[in-house]
Amino acid sequence: MAVTTWNRQGTGRSASRILLERIGGRWLSPLLLLLLWELGSRTGLIPERTLAAPSAVIGTLAQMLLSGELPSNLLVSFARVAVGLLIGVALGLALGLIAGLSRSGELVVDPLMQIKRTIPALALTPLFIVWFGIGETPKVALIAFATIFPVYLNLYSGIRSVDLRLMDAAKSFGLSRWEQVWHVVLPSALPSLLVGLRYALSVSILVLVVAEQINASAGLGYLINNARDFMRTDIIVVCLMVYAILGLGADWLVRTIEARALIWRPSIVEQ
Amino acid sequence: MDARLGFSAAPIAFDRPHAGTVAEPVVRLRNFVRRFGPNTIIDGLDLDIAPGEFIALLGRSGSGKTTLLRTLAGLDEVRGQDVDVPDSRAVVFQDARLLPWKPVWKNVSLGLKGDAIRDRAEAALKEVGLGHRLDAWPLTLSGGEAQRVALARALVREPRLLLLDEPFAALDALTRYRMHDLVLSLWRAHLPAVLIVTHDVEEAIALADRVLVLDKGRIVAEERIAAPRGERSALSGRLREKLLSHLGGGDHGADVLRFGPLAEAAE
Repeated sequence: MAVTTWNRQGTGRSASRILLERIGGRWLSPLLLLLLWELGSRTGLIPERTLAAPSAVIGTLAQMLLSGELPSNLLVSFARVAVGLLIGVALGLALGLIAGLSRSGELVVDPLMQIKRTIPALALTPLFIVWFGIGETPKVALIAFATIFPVYLNLYSGIRSVDLRLMDAAKSFGLSRWEQVWHVVLPSALPSLLVGLRYALSVSILVLVVAEQINASAGLGYLINNARDFMRTDIIVVCLMVYAILGLGADWLVRTIEARALIWRPSIVEQ
Repeated sequence: MDARLGFSAAPIAFDRPHAGTVAEPVVRLRNFVRRFGPNTIIDGLDLDIAPGEFIALLGRSGSGKTTLLRTLAGLDEVRGQDVDVPDSRAVVFQDARLLPWKPVWKNVSLGLKGDAIRDRAEAALKEVGLGHRLDAWPLTLSGGEAQRVALARALVREPRLLLLDEPFAALDALTRYRMHDLVLSLWRAHLPAVLIVTHDVEEAIALADRVLVLDKGRIVAEERIAAPRGERSALSGRLREKLLSHLGGGDHGADVLRFGPLAEAAE
């Protein structure tokens, strides 16, 4: 199916390009890279202590899955992200609503948020360790702290960029202030809020990676640290893959929410 | 001049069912003034609108017609002014201003209280010929359809005062004529007082009982049109010229006067 569409569009395409697309399209170069990597490992060009072979990585992955080592540690990491995000997104929502919907709220909240923005969340790691020790709390707190801002900023600006002509229309039909917020302001801020949520999810995984380096006794970071000590590059690569899958999963989650919540947008309607 | 075909600045009966009855005006403005900083937008304006009367308000951009409409719509503060506007009013804006995240029927029923809201919205949408687009998303509607939804949204409230702010300016000519017919039939069925703001003299003549020309915040001309709406093409030529000369105001007005006799000589 894909091939025929390409051919129809591609009157000016060179024969080699059509051939490439026929063989595997966009999958070709990554597969080739994997093949070269495997070859390099087999021939001893890439030592195992530098980078394990793809086949070894897959073997390790299967082994870690079967032994339950990977699922149990993944669950720990996932719980950290989930709790951190829950707190961070909830705070971001609350602060964004306060600053977006009231002038005095904006005066109180926004300067603090702008100050907070200038401090990179990860730079607070030492302080959080001093405050919260080296247990779960500093990890969750770091994720929560880092995810407040993208949610806050996008919700706040989404609320403030509401179409005033729509507000006039709502007013002219006698909607109360609360009804205006509910029917006009919040729905119009939703696309912007979802962008913020997407940022928050990717930030949360980034912070998770660093936070888990803090003396963890479980979780993906713990697995990586252990593997580093034993120079098990195969385990490190498996964990990197899992981080990537977490990121993809987060993106998928927001896109699913968007497709349902923003069904009125023409780009989605026309599909 | 035959009064039936003619037009006159003197008050005469309108061609509407309860013509001749003297009723409390729906809208009553006395010496209304609106300023933004040093600029006076509306300058001592008096306006009465009778129940069921169809008024067209003509004016160039900057003449204050949008400000006047916002006042009548209750969108601007009028503290300390002699302004009487019914609570039961509805506006149709130039851009339909539908909420894109609500399906058509929810836009129509926006802010309505009570039972059978969907049924009421459906009835209003059927009246404007859109009974089949109840669940459509507003961004999938054409300009004419969106404007008809906006009309349904206004009418479902059974307003005593219907305000139309250049509602057809963005539509193509054919759709515009259809909308004129639709507005007239809805007006005859529901009999709200209607104020349509427009810069299109033809539109004003085709629709209204009374045409007001607003310039620099004052009403500079007022014409009552007695001829039935189907038979107005005959009078529209002279009336059009007269209204246009008022609309032109200042320099342009002088031009019209100067070139008037020349045009006649050419004929």
